[in-house]
Amino acid sequence: METRNLICINCPLGCSLTVVTDDAGNVTVSGNTCQKGADYGRKEVTNPTRIVTSTVRVHHGRLPVVSVKTSSDIPKGKIRAVMDAIRSLSVSAPVAVGDILLPDAAGTGANVIATKNVEKLASEIQGSYDT
Amino acid sequence: MKPYDLIVIGGGPAGLAAAISAREAGVKEILILERDNEPGGILNQCIHNGFGLHTFGEELTGPEYAIRFIEQAKALQIPCKLNTMVLDLQDDGSGVKQVTAMNRQDGLLELTARCIILAMGCRERPRGALNIPGFRPAGVYTAGTAQRLVNMEGRMPGKEIVILGSGDIGLIMARRLTLEGAKVKAVAELMPYSGGLARNIVQCLEDYQIPLLLSHTVTDLHGKDRVTGVTLSQVDANSRPIPGTEQEISCDTLLLSCGLLPENELSDKLGVSLSPVTGGPEVNESLETNVPGVFACGNVLHVHDLVDYVSEEAARAGLHAAQYLKEKKRDSRDFSLPICPKDGIRYTVPQTVRPDCMDDTLLVRFRVGAVYSDCRIFVSLGDTCIQTLYKKKIAPGEMQQLTLKKADLAAASPSDSIIIRLEENVHGNA
Repeated sequence: METRNLICINCPLGCSLTVVTDDAGNVTVSGNTCQKGADYGRKEVTNPTRIVTSTVRVHHGRLPVVSVKTSSDIPKGKIRAVMDAIRSLSVSAPVAVGDILLPDAAGTGANVIATKNVEKLASEIQGSYDT
Repeated sequence: MKPYDLIVIGGGPAGLAAAISAREAGVKEILILERDNEPGGILNQCIHNGFGLHTFGEELTGPEYAIRFIEQAKALQIPCKLNTMVLDLQDDGSGVKQVTAMNRQDGLLELTARCIILAMGCRERPRGALNIPGFRPAGVYTAGTAQRLVNMEGRMPGKEIVILGSGDIGLIMARRLTLEGAKVKAVAELMPYSGGLARNIVQCLEDYQIPLLLSHTVTDLHGKDRVTGVTLSQVDANSRPIPGTEQEISCDTLLLSCGLLPENELSDKLGVSLSPVTGGPEVNESLETNVPGVFACGNVLHVHDLVDYVSEEAARAGLHAAQYLKEKKRDSRDFSLPICPKDGIRYTVPQTVRPDCMDDTLLVRFRVGAVYSDCRIFVSLGDTCIQTLYKKKIAPGEMQQLTLKKADLAAASPSDSIIIRLEENVHGNA
């Protein structure tokens, strides 16, 4: 039997979870205040995952970078590999929220998607910086 | 020029939610003034996830959360002037407020409004407010400045980083900079507990084995042109450095995450009275300041941990502004009861309640002054206890809330006050 004390990270309440894995491999979670907490506690001792957020270079955009996230949580051990993939990526404006910038990042099955709109730089459309 | 019904100062999460709810409550002429080149405020640089769980029931990043409100404001055709800096707010007592602002299109703008919602947010405590000795080398940034550089401008502030203060932005930047290839050597926190949310300690430090040094502070900053290192010292119970505990850590960047200060220079000009504890306006149950028709919400009122709570609070401010404009909720007997925080409770928002003007229930948010366990919070009207609340653990970094019931205040007289206090170890050794 193994007991682990965790802090739930699903929301800022940060519930104190007690996760017990018995000898038969059955996992019980207590201390949670919602189903998400129970799911997290179970997952954290069997297959811990995280959503990764970062930025991707944008060419000709209103901003030089666009914020991105993985479309679903990925195994904790794959964070480095996903970050390497994100850092070697660059895209051209315009970028819209929800655009898939990289499918199946580092073989995780999760897509890297934009979380912000980055329009094309106005000066390149209108030929003037002075608007 | 005809006065606006409502001018909202600031187009961040608070300003947007306030304007949206005012419009939905029937306010016609609304204008949002925003100094940045896009609405959304600080959410635009908060690219991490964890926003919106309470508001939308799903986990969003900051920019995604902002877009939902921006789209709503657009759909409701609420005008927002961007790149516009508000310089002055005045109230001559006539009921119409003067707003002086400027931008590159309009030049100097002199606007008037019957009602104002303050939603200017907060800013970070800078190095100058922290008494850190040493030269003034390059490489000292507030955590939020570094966040903007990395997440919006695509630049790294340095390679080897020490963070002073364990506020949420500092913790989030520890992870962010690590993911971008920097080495975050330590997070030093003056207090014996972290000022950040538990989830950020787990996700941003523990996941990446970044040490959190509690009861530590920076006692020297090395380097003349560029930071070359810092000296960290342990501090005693009175936050005084303990001689002999110094350790030097080489780094090229020091980030400061040492607290947020509501940005109330404009409120001050308007004659709004500010709380010395929160740094924000003192407000009543309607989130209205001492200046009639001037409301406040979001981080300008008091610093929040959760944007969801900002949106909720701001929506109430918008609704109350709409009610003010309709001149409802005025009552002959509208005396005001102060809410007095005592014994471990640091502050409450609102600070006063007019029982006759409140809805059936009123959400009161508060923070405690230290970490307490096994504690009970007592709410009393004069000598009569009207509510208790049990908390297994309570920390200054996590805002608390309770709901006051109008029925419980029915017996109140104008000389009463509402007292909120905390008792620790209520179960003793049991």
